[in-house]
Amino acid sequence: MSDDKKGQVTDTGHVWDGNLRELANDPPRWWMISFYASLIWVAVYFILYPSIPTLHGYTKGILGWTQIKEYKKELQEIEEIRAPYENKLKGMTPAAVLADRELTSYTINAAKVLFGDRCAACHGAGGAGNPGFPVLADDDWLYGGTLDDIQESITNGRQGMMPSFGSQLSAQEIDTLTDFVLALSQGKGDSVPAGKALFDEAGCSGCHGPDGKGMHMMGSANLTDGIWRFVAKDQRESVKYTITHGVNDGSDPKTRQAIMPSFKDKLAPTDITKLTVYVHELGGGQ
Amino acid sequence: MSTAKEELEQEDYAEIYREFEAHINTGGETIHPKRMPGRYRTIKNYTMLVWLVFFLGPYLRWNGQQAVRFDIPARQFHIFDITILPQDVWMLALVMLFFALMLAAVTSIAGRVFCGYFCFQTVWTDVFIWLDEKFEGPPQKRRKLDKAPLSWEKVRIKLPKHLIWIAIGVLTGISFTLWFADAPTLWRQYLSLEAPLVAWVTVGVFTFFTYLFAGFMREQVCFWLCPYARIQGVMYDRETILPTYDFHRGEPRGKLKKKTTESGDKLGDCIDCRQCIAVCPTGIDIRDGQQEGCITCALCLDACDAIMDKIERPRGLIRYASLDEMEGKPPVPLYRRPRVLVYFAIMLAAIGGIVYGLSHLGSIELKVLHERQPLFVVQSDGSIQNKYILKILNKTDKAMEVRVSASGHPRLKLIGADEAFPAAPGRVTADTVFVRIPRDALKGDSLPILFRVEDSADPTHYAEYKSMFFGPSQ
Repeated sequence: MSDDKKGQVTDTGHVWDGNLRELANDPPRWWMISFYASLIWVAVYFILYPSIPTLHGYTKGILGWTQIKEYKKELQEIEEIRAPYENKLKGMTPAAVLADRELTSYTINAAKVLFGDRCAACHGAGGAGNPGFPVLADDDWLYGGTLDDIQESITNGRQGMMPSFGSQLSAQEIDTLTDFVLALSQGKGDSVPAGKALFDEAGCSGCHGPDGKGMHMMGSANLTDGIWRFVAKDQRESVKYTITHGVNDGSDPKTRQAIMPSFKDKLAPTDITKLTVYVHELGGGQ
Repeated sequence: MSTAKEELEQEDYAEIYREFEAHINTGGETIHPKRMPGRYRTIKNYTMLVWLVFFLGPYLRWNGQQAVRFDIPARQFHIFDITILPQDVWMLALVMLFFALMLAAVTSIAGRVFCGYFCFQTVWTDVFIWLDEKFEGPPQKRRKLDKAPLSWEKVRIKLPKHLIWIAIGVLTGISFTLWFADAPTLWRQYLSLEAPLVAWVTVGVFTFFTYLFAGFMREQVCFWLCPYARIQGVMYDRETILPTYDFHRGEPRGKLKKKTTESGDKLGDCIDCRQCIAVCPTGIDIRDGQQEGCITCALCLDACDAIMDKIERPRGLIRYASLDEMEGKPPVPLYRRPRVLVYFAIMLAAIGGIVYGLSHLGSIELKVLHERQPLFVVQSDGSIQNKYILKILNKTDKAMEVRVSASGHPRLKLIGADEAFPAAPGRVTADTVFVRIPRDALKGDSLPILFRVEDSADPTHYAEYKSMFFGPSQ
């Protein structure tokens, strides 16, 4: 076969350094076939898909393919996977959701996004809380930690009220009360008997209860545990400020703001159910 | 002004160019190798049978299930009693390492044994050439038929062959897909035209490339597409045995009737009958020495031996021999070839890893994710609470009820793990638990916690995972 050609070397006719010749072998046939096949491929592709830019847009291609259509199709696929769960969730109470292990798992994952969008700005990612905004992952609840309580808080919002005592009590009395509240939180309330008397006298016990444990009905804080509604580096200063200016007391311009908005009109009932389950399962649900 | 020396050099260069020219096979001419019986032909016939495993494997049943099934949608590999999940895929890497090193080791010892005897490209090509011969006759007739103008007679001869080629392609494609699904079900789907699109596409692609590669491109694939052929040069060494033409014995070559060359030298054993070229599936001349086109199928050894028998000269003018042997050096035993030893050592390590993996597959796998937001929560009783998400993978094929426990601190309280709960087979089940430790009992701001998940029916099925517990900095 190749013997016939012996001695005949096809080259380009270029010679360097007197003896270096450039061979002119044809590319392999299969290579040329692939080359032409890819040219045809490009032509077909240009006809089928958007490709050539024009002055006012681009050629659309006869398949009508667009990225947004593909995106919507994929979204549709995800919706289809979610649909059985979502349909099941409709009209379900949070308690019924929690009874179903698989549905709970779905709900918590779905609500994670909702929580990030709607709640985390104040309550922190994962319900970790922020200064001035309650931690949701602990077992201390202003308005109760049952599913019903949580659902009510999300649906209708909460706005507690503590009057400002700055104008009713002397600076010294406020100091005494502050000492008492700080001692109470460490379980040593008896060490400040003057404070205990003042606590009842000034009407604190009316809301916070005679033992200072707070009432879910009113959202009054439990003062006997180590968890602070208005947590600060200098906790003494913070407590003093709260007693002096109150919470949500319109008569005191320096009063603390503490408003949980209502989500009744912002979220679908199913979303509120999901968030209720999510918050309940953050770690402190009762 | 060229001196005699320079002219000599020019001639040398011309020789080099001729070599290049002579060896370039770009597929312009179809190679019609001759088939003849012989020792290596028989060996190849047997080694080719390895591919029966590919065709018949999917039909093997084991405990009522397909014995080997690569279930991609469910992300499970079933191999007899073993189920391999994605978490165990590191073993696949070792399997690949093993085969890669085996290829290297075998190449170092005896050249491209894979190409010559086992490779799907050469095996399928061999079958297709066999069909060439069955339908069209010996090589001369096939060449004549190729050159003949298109006629009914030509179509009558060629068409059935091409149909059988395509049928083989289809069967190859179908057999491939059967490894990934339940074989009888998929067959039913193929026959009722209800198979999934991906299956049809796979069969189509396999059919097309089988037809193209084994029917038309043949040695071109080995020459220009296959990377293995290109790296053989670095995998051979002086001790590697390869089909070699013994030029000491063969040269100068010449027709049998002549006794001497024109210059009067005594002729060698090679009678230049060109049978070694005629049988070569890649169309090379082994007498040109070791070259990229040689797939070491050793069919030229058969051809040459048959001729040597006829002219009553000893066999082995072309034989498996090393470069050392050709140069008259003594052979080096395997155990004194460091390269081979290193290859075998790595292969052993890979096998060791696979055996370890298979014997430690376990029935449960546990991962514990510690919640980072918040890292810890102070409870109203002053204790510190950490949240953990457990990912429990049931690696068995039966549902089990699992129970979670934790240890690492004497006053640790695990919350949310009172009841056993179901873990579906082959799936990851997530579970959230809380660990509480009284603040005054905490020394330092973190401590290790060991989680344990066990099958409540059979506690010997368990998995453990070490995580951390975090509290406020002291």
